[in-house]
Amino acid sequence: MPFIILVVLIVVVAFWAVGARNGLVTLKNETLNAWKQIDVQLKRRHDLIPNLVNTIKGSMEFEKETLEAVINARSRAMGGGGGVKETAAAEGALTGALSKLFVVMEQYPALKSSENVKGLQEELSSTENKIAFARQFYNDVATKYNTRQQLFPTNLVVGLASASPAELWEIEDAGDRAVPQVDLSMGKKPPAA
Amino acid sequence: MTETLNLLEQQARNRRQTKLWLLLFILFFAWLGFGGDLVLYLGSQDAYGTAHYTVPWIGIVVTLIASIVAWNAVRRGAKQVLWACGGVELVNPQTLEEKQLMNVVEEMAIAAGLPRPKVYIVEDADPNAFATGNGPETACVAVTRGLLTALNRDELQAVVAHEMGHVRNLDVKLMTMIAALVGVIVILSDGMGRFFRGGGGRLLGGRGGGRKGGGAGALMIVVLVLWLITLILAPLITRLMAMAVSRNREYLADATGAELTRNPAALASALAKIEAAEAPTASIKRGTAHLCIADPLGRAVNAKEGRMANFFGTHPPMPMRISRLKGMAFQSAKAAGETPTA
Repeated sequence: MPFIILVVLIVVVAFWAVGARNGLVTLKNETLNAWKQIDVQLKRRHDLIPNLVNTIKGSMEFEKETLEAVINARSRAMGGGGGVKETAAAEGALTGALSKLFVVMEQYPALKSSENVKGLQEELSSTENKIAFARQFYNDVATKYNTRQQLFPTNLVVGLASASPAELWEIEDAGDRAVPQVDLSMGKKPPAA
Repeated sequence: MTETLNLLEQQARNRRQTKLWLLLFILFFAWLGFGGDLVLYLGSQDAYGTAHYTVPWIGIVVTLIASIVAWNAVRRGAKQVLWACGGVELVNPQTLEEKQLMNVVEEMAIAAGLPRPKVYIVEDADPNAFATGNGPETACVAVTRGLLTALNRDELQAVVAHEMGHVRNLDVKLMTMIAALVGVIVILSDGMGRFFRGGGGRLLGGRGGGRKGGGAGALMIVVLVLWLITLILAPLITRLMAMAVSRNREYLADATGAELTRNPAALASALAKIEAAEAPTASIKRGTAHLCIADPLGRAVNAKEGRMANFFGTHPPMPMRISRLKGMAFQSAKAAGETPTA
């Protein structure tokens, strides 16, 4: 009789361990997938920037520095390593340079009223939003994943699932944290980070 | 009711309330079916206390019918809604407004971590929006032309977030199912009423009369009367319960929308604008009212607070929704002041 109880106990524990491990693996993949979604949007932003720069270059002869800052930030962001922290820093700098450019563009009424520029601006600011929302979703999923790893008794099977804490996408410096209030002339705001 | 809760607390509370209502719904349904069986069971007891009616046929049949109707409604409900209100799918956005709508829907799908729903535009000047479809994979979000012109980008985003909230919380499925069950109950109440006015009563009476009476007989009469009363009131009661669930899901979608945008204030101002427009949305019919962001019929019961609104509205009163959203905005501003979050 004690033998049977022991066997039943072992089977129950084994079933639980498999379930808990699979739960962790699922969450890990969700976290990775959420990170990929950010990547998709970042790539889109990198693709859109040359378009915008070429469209406005002619009309903004006097703002070479601002434009160059955007171009440089873009190439740095594209060449950056794969780590969460490095990507966050480089992309944060690009966000800053872009919002500066948008502020400057406000001073060129001819640019603002161009349909082409308006469309590009909508695309870019939507991409900014998408990056922000993808980041928000990634942080939510990663937090869930991290919490699950720390909670008892799931923390006992962390090794089985080869799980490790996922890094959150933090906003680097205080300047980025303050949401730049840019009026993009269509009544839209950059995303609340 | 007016305390300020943050959005996660509001979501938790709304989920609890929905579960409670569903439980009540099921219990009520069970009483309607098996209550009748109880009457027959008590009625079929002979002098020695042995019952001859032992299989709860009414309950079984009612449960079967209800499951079939609910399943059928869920299976084919979504498409009909869009057909009924003349929505046209937006595939190639042309104007800036349409591009903006498409982008906003994509943004909210990303925020919710769901596939992008199909986008429909309903040519109606009154600002309104609704979601339909059984799950995130088949979801559709429809907005009226008036909504696009009336709201700015942030507000449009908030409204779409509310609709994504309905999609994520599977509200369409829930409400279609409940609507179908209400329909079943109406038919049932009607049918059984006729049965008992006709031959059914005599059947029971004939058998009961031959007995010497006593406890079981009296109990049977009491249960029968109670059951008949609920049967007559059933359509009204289930409708009220359906409305309560609907109002609950609206609050929940508001809170989910706020979670997606992290900007409850934008939804509050969008709701204020939608309310100010007030004209009924002509192209949206009564049956789909519970799917919209604001009552398309402009019924007075939804507009103001008070006892009537608490019972008969598909939507909670606008001032209540707006004040809850402002509460969330206040809470998140407070939280941001202490610990900035990404």
